[in-house]
Amino acid sequence: MIGYEFYLVLSVLLFSTGAVGLLVRRNPLVMFMCVELMLNAVNLAFVAFGTELGDLGGQLSVFFVLVVAAAEVVVGLAIIVAIMRRRPGATADDLSVLRG
Amino acid sequence: MDASNVDYVVFFVAGAFVLLGAWGVILSRNPVHSALSLVGTLFSVAVLFILQEAHFLAAVQVVVYAGAIVILFLFVIMLLGVDRAEQLGVDPIGGQRPVAVLIGAGFIAAMLTAVIAGADSLSGTAQPNKVAPPTAGSTVDQTASDIEQLGNRLFTDWVFAFELTGLLLTIAVVGAVVMVRKVKGDLAPLGESVIDERLAAYEARLEETAAEDAADAGSHGTTDADDEASADADADEDAAGVDA
Repeated sequence: MIGYEFYLVLSVLLFSTGAVGLLVRRNPLVMFMCVELMLNAVNLAFVAFGTELGDLGGQLSVFFVLVVAAAEVVVGLAIIVAIMRRRPGATADDLSVLRG
Repeated sequence: MDASNVDYVVFFVAGAFVLLGAWGVILSRNPVHSALSLVGTLFSVAVLFILQEAHFLAAVQVVVYAGAIVILFLFVIMLLGVDRAEQLGVDPIGGQRPVAVLIGAGFIAAMLTAVIAGADSLSGTAQPNKVAPPTAGSTVDQTASDIEQLGNRLFTDWVFAFELTGLLLTIAVVGAVVMVRKVKGDLAPLGESVIDERLAAYEARLEETAAEDAADAGSHGTTDADDEASADADADEDAAGVDA
């Protein structure tokens, strides 16, 4: 077993990559993938902490994060499909209807 | 716990693939390539789970993430026909990318500082009287498999959260069906056309009021002066607030 610090550093890098991607990309689908990257970084940190502390709570938290991620993807993709049907080729910049 | 060299090799190879996949997701022009890079990242994370002896989670990661979520992504990409390459060279909002990279660098710096500052707080070498000693508070039974232990904890201590998970999934399914069902009649157009309509209505209203004002001669000048006066008052209030 290698030290949990390695996993934390990798998790930091993965999370930041996802965050930058979320800020930079304008395709809503790719933005969703970046959210998945960030969730995976958190999962990695959860498992690393759980292993280090000898507590299964870390792995159980990852289990729930997985379920929430699945629900989030289903709802998010439904929203994207609904938007794209009304306006094909929409990017995140075009969706400014709520601005009033 | 001593780490063998194999562990390090596996970690660094899998870690490299995690980051390569992540960069592939955010740098690919084509959303399909992004989705395939995402599969690479998710697989490598599963390998890292195995390295930490979270075998069940590794299996779930491959089945649920790589098997279901990415397929769902690809499904939607193909369904919507957005699998064309995007123009990544242009930056429609000026300065957005440098700022995003700066924010990312700030994230990395802040979190790495936290990791380094708290490096020894878990393993107990820094503080002898730390909160959770790794062995005394251990709930991991080395003799049982991790699936058995996870199941035991899930259906005893975490059973309420587990039930809520079922509720959440039901809500998600119902929500998805409601959102993508066909609606009878014409849908209101999204985007610019709606804004154009509102702008036209707003301008029409402006013209109406202007016409009324024009009928009442001299009212224009006074309203402008009033506006300026109130703006000055606001500025004064702001300054006062800053001083206070």
